[in-house]
Amino acid sequence: MEFLNEIVLLADSTLRIATPLILAGLAGLVAERGGVVDIGLEGKMLAAAFAAAAAAAVTGSPWMGLFAGVGASVALALLHAYVAITQRGNQIVSGMAINIAVAGMAPTLANFWFKKGGQTPLLSGDARFESMTWPFAEELADVPFVGAVYSEIISGHNLITYMAILLVPITAWMLYKTRFGLRLRAVGENPEAVDTAGISVARIRYQAMIIAGILCGLAGTVLSTGLGAGFIRDMSAGKGYLALAAMIFGKWKPVPTLLACLLFGFVDALQGRLQGVELPLIGEIPVQFTIMLPYILTVAILAGFVGKIQAPRASGIPYEKDH
Amino acid sequence: MAAGVNKLPWWAESILLPVLNLLAAFLVSGLVIWSLGEDPFMALSLLIEGAFGFEEAISYTFYYSTNFIFTGLAVSMAFHAGHFNIGGEGQAMLGGLGLTLAVFLFGDFSPLLSVFMAIIASAAFGALWAFIPAYLQAKRGSHIVITTIMFNFIASALLAYLLVGPMQRPGGQMPESADFPEGSSLMGIHDVLSVVGIPFEEGPMNLSLLIALVCAVGVWFLLWRTRFGFELRTVGQNPNAARFAGVSVPRMTIYALMLSGGLAGMMGLNELMGEQHRLMGNFTLGYGFVGIAVAFMGRNHPVGIVLAAVLFGALYQGGAELAFEMPNITRDLIVMIQGLVILFAGAMEHMFRKPVTKIFERFSAGSAA
Repeated sequence: MEFLNEIVLLADSTLRIATPLILAGLAGLVAERGGVVDIGLEGKMLAAAFAAAAAAAVTGSPWMGLFAGVGASVALALLHAYVAITQRGNQIVSGMAINIAVAGMAPTLANFWFKKGGQTPLLSGDARFESMTWPFAEELADVPFVGAVYSEIISGHNLITYMAILLVPITAWMLYKTRFGLRLRAVGENPEAVDTAGISVARIRYQAMIIAGILCGLAGTVLSTGLGAGFIRDMSAGKGYLALAAMIFGKWKPVPTLLACLLFGFVDALQGRLQGVELPLIGEIPVQFTIMLPYILTVAILAGFVGKIQAPRASGIPYEKDH
Repeated sequence: MAAGVNKLPWWAESILLPVLNLLAAFLVSGLVIWSLGEDPFMALSLLIEGAFGFEEAISYTFYYSTNFIFTGLAVSMAFHAGHFNIGGEGQAMLGGLGLTLAVFLFGDFSPLLSVFMAIIASAAFGALWAFIPAYLQAKRGSHIVITTIMFNFIASALLAYLLVGPMQRPGGQMPESADFPEGSSLMGIHDVLSVVGIPFEEGPMNLSLLIALVCAVGVWFLLWRTRFGFELRTVGQNPNAARFAGVSVPRMTIYALMLSGGLAGMMGLNELMGEQHRLMGNFTLGYGFVGIAVAFMGRNHPVGIVLAAVLFGALYQGGAELAFEMPNITRDLIVMIQGLVILFAGAMEHMFRKPVTKIFERFSAGSAA
């Protein structure tokens, strides 16, 4: 029973930790399937986290936070799109520029508006997306197994976590079943063909970046108003890069990307539980080493278990129309 | 490359365009400062005064510049081979670890030997920390941007572990090592100057600056005056052509990234042997990332990188002084300005090319007629 309890707790925090990864992973996926490499997920997430926390702190409404977070992220996505699509600049450089600029700008604005050393005020209960208790979760909690799974793992997350899960099939549907998705995949693989068919490559890529911006904005919003209670400096902590790695591990496909994000979430949850625990044979692992686990896993995944990875053929390459 | 690349004279290409890009970045920064309720022109004059106004300020400016020469050269070395090394932070941390080990190993024999070994160890540890991502990029195609970022996190945790564990100052509470042995340090420039009879106020600028400048010359020579450098740049510009010419692309990738890591690793010489005289957790303070801005601002050429490093050194030192004077301006704002410089000088470098080319065309047409 002790063991089962442990598993349930792990599964619960896996889902929680994976939420921003899933959303950012989908954002990276949509951008790259359309041919734009988006290293700037990290910065967009951080900007959204700040904007959401700031707006929620001022208005007291998480929905205003969501609106501001998504808005900030979409604005940066459009900047990246302008550089990558219109200016045909280096997409990796542009993404890094956004990451660094936001890492400086968010605490500057936080300091200016709230005077709390680069943070936003702590958000109270109704200014956050609080965990939602599903019907009968409390009544069923004591039922063996089913109760634990239902009331601990399925129930009790915030709204954006459920949105993240739902957005995986929605993204897959959009990608594979809609005309827009077909065109999106085409501009990522063979932009010349799309151009020949009389469809604007730039227009589709801009649309893809707006979608990526919205998804990434949700990822940032959940960081500061769902999982956390306010913005703190550097709170994205490399999650944008982890999400990119998960997307590569998921071979640029929605469901495998979801699974990869859950794996990352699981490892992070596990490292949290391992802190200060005596393990048989090994003893206690120093906390600095458990913190490394997700990062080491990322490198290992990129190094070994991916097999022959195939990025969208035209991703990262600006499209130049012959005049 | 955009059309019309060869139509511009060299000075427009390598001076006018970078200056325009820089001005664009400063214009946006000025707007941000203005919207924070401060006077951007006042801020600029305070910044310049704080960076160059007195001898100690100049010493600090060049002290920061030294870091940025190392990390800027590191980024550009990788970039010439077609790769983006953003692991400068981690490589510098490992370089710092390497030189600390060397100093404690050799410090008791001879200070000179210890300094010499420290220089080698800082470069070697930095290069080794870059080797793993480099190998994975070259042989397995693992995205170097992601792996080097991950190695930054891993290095930071590793240093944190060592500095509260086996390497912590005996009896100490802070995450830092014991002080380096007597003599295992790089002399301050003011000390050197006083030997030849020039008085200069005491400050952190030290001999690492000269090491950095030697590295800049070395990088220039290696990249533009040797066969190895030619092959390296070919791999970066056209890997297929390099392959046809018989150059091993994976091997060149690994070499370039290890050289890059070595340069980043040497940053610790300035921070630790020149100023702190002990190893501290996270002593790199984001200087590895500044290298990206420096490299792009300097057009990936050593001369440009040194100039850009001085600019960023001034920005850091002047910015710190500015933060005293203007409460709404913090060091974070300087980080934002870096990001904007990378954006305008790196990602949007072509933005002014077209209009400038047009103006030149009109002029040359006018003089021909």
